Amino acid sequence: MDALRYVFKRILLMIPILIGISILTFFISNTIPGDPARLILGPKATPDGIEELREEMGLNDPLYVQYGRYVNGIFHGDLGESTYSQQPVIDDLERYFPATLELTLFAMLITVLIGIPFGVISASKKDKLPDQFTRVFALLGVAMPAFWLGLLFLLLFYLKLGILPGSGRLDNGVSPPDMITGMYTVDALLTGNMVAFKSALIHLILPGITQAAVTIGMITRMTRSSMLEVLQSDYIRTAQAKGGSENRVLYGHALRNGIMPVITLLGMTFGHALGGSVLVESVFSWPGLGKYAVNAITYLDFPAVMGVTLLIALLFITVNLIIDTMYHLIDPRLKYN
Amino acid sequence: MPLLEVNNLKQHFISKKGFLSEKRVVKAVDGVSLKVEKGKTLGVVGESGCGKSSLGRSILRLVQPTEGSVKFQGKEVTDLNALEMKKLRREMQIVFQDPYASLNPRSTIREILEAPLKIHNVGNKKERKKVIEELVERIGIRKDQLNNYPHEFSGGQRQRIGIARALALNPKLIVADEPVSALDVSVQSQVLNLMLELQQEMDLSYLFISHDLSVVQHISDQVAVMYLGKIVEFGDVERIYNHPMHPYTQALLSALPIPDPKQKRERIILEGDLPSPINPPSGCPFHTRCPFATKECKEVVPALEEKTDNHFAACIHI
Amino acid sequence: MVRRMINSPLTILGLVLVLLIIITAIFAPVIATHNPTEVNLLSKLEGPSGEHFFGTDEVGRDIFSRIVYGTRISLKIGLLVVLISFPIGTILGAIAGYIGGRIDQIIMRATDIFLSFPGIILAMSIAAALGPSIENVLLALAATWWPWYTRIVRSSVLSLKNSEFIEASRALGANPFRILFKEVIPNAIAPASIQASLDLGFVILAAAGLSFIGLGAQPPSPEWGAMLSSSREIIRDAWWAATFPGIAILITVLGFNLMGDGLRDVLDPKQR
Repeated sequence: MDALRYVFKRILLMIPILIGISILTFFISNTIPGDPARLILGPKATPDGIEELREEMGLNDPLYVQYGRYVNGIFHGDLGESTYSQQPVIDDLERYFPATLELTLFAMLITVLIGIPFGVISASKKDKLPDQFTRVFALLGVAMPAFWLGLLFLLLFYLKLGILPGSGRLDNGVSPPDMITGMYTVDALLTGNMVAFKSALIHLILPGITQAAVTIGMITRMTRSSMLEVLQSDYIRTAQAKGGSENRVLYGHALRNGIMPVITLLGMTFGHALGGSVLVESVFSWPGLGKYAVNAITYLDFPAVMGVTLLIALLFITVNLIIDTMYHLIDPRLKYN
Repeated sequence: MPLLEVNNLKQHFISKKGFLSEKRVVKAVDGVSLKVEKGKTLGVVGESGCGKSSLGRSILRLVQPTEGSVKFQGKEVTDLNALEMKKLRREMQIVFQDPYASLNPRSTIREILEAPLKIHNVGNKKERKKVIEELVERIGIRKDQLNNYPHEFSGGQRQRIGIARALALNPKLIVADEPVSALDVSVQSQVLNLMLELQQEMDLSYLFISHDLSVVQHISDQVAVMYLGKIVEFGDVERIYNHPMHPYTQALLSALPIPDPKQKRERIILEGDLPSPINPPSGCPFHTRCPFATKECKEVVPALEEKTDNHFAACIHI
Repeated sequence: MVRRMINSPLTILGLVLVLLIIITAIFAPVIATHNPTEVNLLSKLEGPSGEHFFGTDEVGRDIFSRIVYGTRISLKIGLLVVLISFPIGTILGAIAGYIGGRIDQIIMRATDIFLSFPGIILAMSIAAALGPSIENVLLALAATWWPWYTRIVRSSVLSLKNSEFIEASRALGANPFRILFKEVIPNAIAPASIQASLDLGFVILAAAGLSFIGLGAQPPSPEWGAMLSSSREIIRDAWWAATFPGIAILITVLGFNLMGDGLRDVLDPKQR
C-alpha cells in the first residue's frame, strides 16, 4: 500500500517534469537553423512555394500555438513527420528503438556479470594484487572514450583478425526473425530461429562490450566501496566468527546488503548507456536511436530530433522511477518520503 | 520604563512532513510576558526543549513571532520594516551556545569582528581597526592573533570572540543563549566573570538563557522559569532560589547540590518526560508530572499571578 | 593536507599528468615538430617514425603535432565549461538552499528537467540547435552541467543554513546578499569544487564525443574527437590515426579524475 502510494506520488511529480522536458525540447528544436519548408522543397523552390508550404505546415503560427499543436499530437501518438525519412517520427522511433534497447540491455547484462563480481573480489582482497588490478581496470574504464575503444575493437577484431562483424545487426543473407519485441536475439529465441539468433548475438558482441566498458568501471567502483563498508560491519564479523565459509559470508550476507547503492547506480548507468548509444551506434553503424539522432541532426530534421530526445528523456525518468521503487521495496527501513 | 518589555509573545512553528501528510503546530513559545531592566540581568531557566531558545530568537526577530508584542525602549519591534530593524540590531545582540558553530570557519577573527562595523558603516578602515584592537584587548586576545582562524582558538577564547562580536556595536541588550554550557566548567566562570565586568563597564542588560540553575543564580538579578513554552514562575533571584513557589521550580532546585552537607533537603524526582509541545497537556501544562496535581489542574490554565511582593507564579494551588 | 595528497601514488600520478597536459598546452609551438594544419600530400598515411612520431593522416599532417595543439582546444573547453557552469550552478544552488520556498521549488524543478536527459543527449540537441562549432559545444555543455553544481551546493547550504554563525550574521543586520556571498557560499563550495575538478576530465570527454559525431570542432581543427572521427575513413590503412588521439583523451581524463579523487580524499572526510 505504501509502495503504491509512493509510486503514485512519484508519477504525479513526473508531470511537471514532462511538461518542462517538452517545452525544453520544443524550444531547442525550434532554434535549429534552417527552414524545414525550404529543406523539403529543395534548392529549386520558389519563394511563393516555400511560403505556401510554411503556411500549410503551420510554421507561421505563433510559437505557443505550434507548441500546443505539438503537445496535442503527442497525446495522439503523433510526433510529426520526419523531414528526412518522410515517415511519421513515431514509426521511425518504433523501428529504431528495439535495436537500442537490445544493445543497452546486453551491455547492462555484461556490466552486471563482470562489474559486480569484480567489485566483490576487489573488496574482499582489499589492497592485494587482485584489488590493485581491478581498481586500475575500473579507473581506465571510467576515463575511456567509448567511441575510441569501439574504433580499436573494430580495427582489431573486424579489420585485422576478421573474427567478429563490425557493423549492423545481422549477417548479409540472414533475414530478421519474425517481429515480436523487435530485439533480434529475443525474437529469434522465441521463434526458435537459431541461425538468426547466432548472427544477432555475434553482432552484439563488439558494440555491447564497447558500451559496457564505461559502466563496468562505474559499477565495479561502486560495488567495491559499498562492499567495503558492509564488510566492516559487526554482523559480517559475527558471521565470519561463526565460521561461515568465506564465499557464503561474501555472497550470502555481505552482497545482499552491499547491493543497494549498486542498484541505484544501475539506473544511472542505464541512462549513461542510453546517452552513450549515440556514440557507440555511430561507430558500429548500429541502426538504433543514437544513429537516428545523429542522422536527424546532420539533416536538421526538426521533428525527429525532438521525438528522439523526448523518448530518451522519458525512458530515462521511467527507469529512474522503477529503480527508486525497487530500492524502496528491497530496503524495508526506508520510509516513503 | 524597562529596556525590554515582552507581552504575550507566541512563537508557533508548523511542522509538515511532506505533502499528503497533515500539518502540526509546535507551540515553542506560548504566551510569554517578561521585562528586562536597564543594566540588569534576567535569567531564563528551563529544561531543554521548553522553548527558551525560541524565546530569545523571537525577541530578536531572528524568527518572526507569531503573535504578541516586543517593546524595546518603549518602541514596538515586531512590526518594524527591514531598514528600521537593521538600525535596531545595533542595540540588541546575541551570544550563542556553541562557540564552534557560531564563528564562520572560513573568516579570520579580524573579519569576524569587522563584519558588524562594516554592515553598519561604522568609521573608516583605520577607525575600525582601532575599535577591533580595543575589543580584543578587552577580551584578552592578543592583537597578533587577529589574522588567525577560529579553529586555532580554544572554546573559551572563541566564546569571548563571540561576545566581542556582539559588543562591537555598543548594544544595550545582549541575549545570551546558553553562552557557557558548551564550555568546560573551569572556563565557564572566566566567561561569566567577563560578562559581569562588561555589564558594569558598558551598562549592559542581559537576557540570560540557560538550563543550568547555578549559572543562572550566579549572574541574574531576576529569574523566569519556563516550562513548555510558558513562564511558570518569575521573581528576584533570591526569592526564587530561597522560596520557590511553583512545584516545578521546587523540583528543579531540589536537584541542586547544597553547600552545607549537614543540611537536609528532600529531593523531588519528576516522573515522566517533558511532554511534546505539539500536543501539550490540557489545563496546567505541568499537571502530568506535578506531585500535587488535582482534577482541577487538568482543566484550568493557571495565569501567571503576583503571589507575594514582586514574586509571580502560575499555579492555582498557591 | 599536502602531505596526505602526496602520500597517494595515484594522486601524484594525476597531478603529474595534469601538469604535463598544462605544460603541453602552453608550450605547444615549442613541443610540436610540424605545423598542425599543414597539408603535405607527399607524406600522407605514413606510419610512426622518427620524422613523424605518431605518423601522418590522410593529407599528410603530422598527428603528433596535431595532438599537441589539440591539448589547447580540449583544455580550453574543459576550463571554460567549468568556469561558466560552476558559478552559475553554485549561485543558483546557494539561492535555492538559503532562500527556500517558492524560489527553491522553481530552481530545483529546473534542475530536475535538465537532469532528466542523459547529459550527452541534451548537449547534442542544444549543440545541434546552435549549429556545429566549438563555441556552441562549449555553451551546450555548460547548459547541461550547471544543475549538478546546483544540487551539490544546495544540499551543503541546507546543512549549514541554520548554523549559528549564519544566524549571528542575521542578528548583526547583514543583508541576504552579504550573508550569501560572505558566509554561505564560502562554506558550501568545497564539495562542488571537488566535483568541478573531476568534471574537467568528463567535459573534455563529452566535448570529444560531440566532435566525433560532427557537432563540435570541424575537420581541419586538431581537436581529438574530430581527429578520431576523420580517422574512420582511413582506419584500414592507418591504425595510428585512430589510436593516438584516443590515448590523449584517455590520459587527460584519467589525469583530472585522479587529481579530483585525491582532492576528495583530502577535503571530504566522509568519503575516506
